[in-house]
Amino acid sequence: MKRLRLAFLAPSALLLATLFLAPLVIVAVYSLESRGAYGGVTPPFTLESYSRILDPLYLKILWRSFWVAGVSTLLCLLLGFPLALFISRSGPRRGLYLQLVMLPFWTSFLIRTYAWMFLLRDTGLINTALLATGLISEPLPLLYNDFAVILGLVYGFLPFMVLPLYTTLEKLDPALLEAAADLGAPPWPALARVTLPLCRPGILAGSILVFIPCLGAYLTPDLMGGGKSIMIGTLVQNQFTTSRDWPFGAALSFSLMALTLGLLYIVSKRSRGEDLL
Amino acid sequence: MRLLSIYAVLAYAFLHLPLLVLTVFSFNHSRFTQWEGLSLRWYTQAFADPALREATLNSLLIGGAATALATALGTLCAYALWKKKSPLFAGALYLSLMTPEIVTGVALLAFYQWLFHLLDLQLGMFTVILAHVSFCLAYVVIVVIARLRTMDATLEEAALDLGANELQAFYKVTLPQLLPAIISAALLAFTISFDDFVITSLVAGVDSETLPMVMYATARRGVSPVLNAVSTVIVLGLGGLILLSERLQTK
Amino acid sequence: MPPDPILQIRQVSKTFPSHKAVDQVSMTLERGELHALLGPSGCGKTTCLRMVAGFETPDSGEILLNGVDIAPLKPYQRNVSTVFQSYALFPHLTVFDNVAFGLRQRGEKAVRDKVMASLEMVQLAAKADRRPAQMSGGEKQRAALARSLVLAPDLLLLDEPLSALDPNLRQQVRHELKALQRRVGITFLMVTHDQEEALSLADRITLLNQGRVEQVGTPQEIYLAPANRFTANFLGEMNWLDDVGVRPESTRLSHQAPEPGVRVHPGQVTQSTFLGDCYHIQAEIGGGRQLMARVPRSQNGYHPGDRVHVWWQAADELHLPQ
Repeated sequence: MKRLRLAFLAPSALLLATLFLAPLVIVAVYSLESRGAYGGVTPPFTLESYSRILDPLYLKILWRSFWVAGVSTLLCLLLGFPLALFISRSGPRRGLYLQLVMLPFWTSFLIRTYAWMFLLRDTGLINTALLATGLISEPLPLLYNDFAVILGLVYGFLPFMVLPLYTTLEKLDPALLEAAADLGAPPWPALARVTLPLCRPGILAGSILVFIPCLGAYLTPDLMGGGKSIMIGTLVQNQFTTSRDWPFGAALSFSLMALTLGLLYIVSKRSRGEDLL
Repeated sequence: MRLLSIYAVLAYAFLHLPLLVLTVFSFNHSRFTQWEGLSLRWYTQAFADPALREATLNSLLIGGAATALATALGTLCAYALWKKKSPLFAGALYLSLMTPEIVTGVALLAFYQWLFHLLDLQLGMFTVILAHVSFCLAYVVIVVIARLRTMDATLEEAALDLGANELQAFYKVTLPQLLPAIISAALLAFTISFDDFVITSLVAGVDSETLPMVMYATARRGVSPVLNAVSTVIVLGLGGLILLSERLQTK
Repeated sequence: MPPDPILQIRQVSKTFPSHKAVDQVSMTLERGELHALLGPSGCGKTTCLRMVAGFETPDSGEILLNGVDIAPLKPYQRNVSTVFQSYALFPHLTVFDNVAFGLRQRGEKAVRDKVMASLEMVQLAAKADRRPAQMSGGEKQRAALARSLVLAPDLLLLDEPLSALDPNLRQQVRHELKALQRRVGITFLMVTHDQEEALSLADRITLLNQGRVEQVGTPQEIYLAPANRFTANFLGEMNWLDDVGVRPESTRLSHQAPEPGVRVHPGQVTQSTFLGDCYHIQAEIGGGRQLMARVPRSQNGYHPGDRVHVWWQAADELHLPQ
């Protein structure tokens, strides 16, 4: 059995090692080197790229990334919790309702972002409709700002919040809510005193699952934020393409990666034995 | 519960209306956001566009190859991990799932550049395919292992008891039962591969421009009715694949 | 004891999409009694309990608590409390906070004395800071009892209170439960499918079958004078000879012919089963009919193949037409 298992694992292990782990190691190494004359990297080894992250110019972008990701996560939680609650209380139609949340998620992220551009831009559907009704005389600046980016991220990652919340709510013993009612708690206090505290693992998992991709988002800020709302993702991409400052891009990537790892570690600690793998 | 139902209707509208509106307007005769009547002119234009056609072919080719490889490797990997857990391996897969795409992308780019210094190769179709296999792998493993977990482990033991060796027990007993899950995983992998833009755009060469790359370039320039039409076709196609995939998973 | 009903269920029915769970059930609980709602699984007893608690709404009929119809009230508006089968202790709260839950919901601020008194009563005061996950089944059950009793409900509902416990613990908990009920003086309505539990614990039993009441009475009445065949069969075992039933413990065996005046059938032993304190001896009498006799261990001398006389006193016969 051992040999068969190893034979089955080997190709995937090789693939992950060369195409996922090795590139990360290279990024780690690059992040410690200096910028080459024509792009690329060159010795000597230095921590300069990391210290450059603390430059006020970049700190501002970092701060905006955290702020945008944080607000998006909070909105996902506020919007996602009632939805997850609704699905978990829908009896036999739970599966269908959950699928309706997940379906847009699996269909092209790019197109979903584009669909919002179609709605939000100056000559988009919302502004056209508002202008036609005479409610406004100038198009509202809906696209190319932080609001648009947050909207895009919430729309994109809401399912990441709903899924773990639903899983936690689904596992909740209905007798606990009956017990709360039996002990004199009407629905709202029961929600606050029993359901919400028992949902904490789901809230934590969902928040981290949304926060991580929001923080590292590239496509949404790029398309919906215009040039004004730069986030870490765009900064990283710039270093490897237009700016050709690989060590700095690598240091940024590696920092983002370390943060992702740390947050994932928290989730895995809290949700013992409930991993997908 | 009534309040909750009203909220749910609004939430589902938020989730589905944007794509629905896009679909409706892809049939609009006008170039602008004013309704001028039904028309298929943007679809005709889209199908006639040689750049779109070539990008679509590239996407299908990359998606097909990456799906085949990722599904084969992922199925074997899932089986091995089901037999005996490996926190290290599972952790690596999980990490590959959660790493921001932009980081995966630039890391792959740096890796390929470094490798090509040694090997005298260039970015192209195969670098894209390999990248896609690597980020689709975890999805395949998750879908297949979920099915394995619900499977009766004694069936294999019965096969061994009846004289099959381990490899035979795998492909005669386990594999046939896994087939719906494997197909489901393949459909999912194809969807993800077909949709990817961030990683692909970083590791693609001149010969391997994909449909999302063309669409991105168009979207950067603004909204175009042709793009509405292409989007509609893709959303319907991928949506169909996903529904099929979920149907197979719950079977 | 003059009749002083605390709970009256009148002509209550409840139909679920799949089946009719409760069909025109009426029953009355006297103040201070321990009443058992007994019946096989799916007989509607849990639905009855849940309607009294307020988790289900009856389709028709009335439920009067102290003379007031509580059917339109929500669970949190009724002064009845439930001990759930799974105990339903809140896993995120300590035992203390579980017991304090209802008091705090009522807006009481100084709950400490009441909570500790209630925990004291079930001998859990020392474990007030534990979480439910850190307690044994018996402790959880007592915590659930304390959580309900601290609210001084008019009526305590218990859903299969002993079923989640280890079998060897049940006997002991039975006695404790009965003693507790006597001490607090609160009316208990207990749902159970275990006839022995009902017989040993309850002051009175309502026997339910397929959503209908079969019989109401004290354990003695129900066991010794069953109103129908279902009751007779459900409580204890029965030998049936057409319309005549006789319990195995009233059925005697002897090698010699018994004294005249008893009902006697000649037969042959077909099977002997050792049950620890006694033997179950099965004997075949004319017409291929099998009768079972319960024979104390010290009196057993019967083996398969033995020719015996199977007999009983006429007074032990139950006449129940099919």
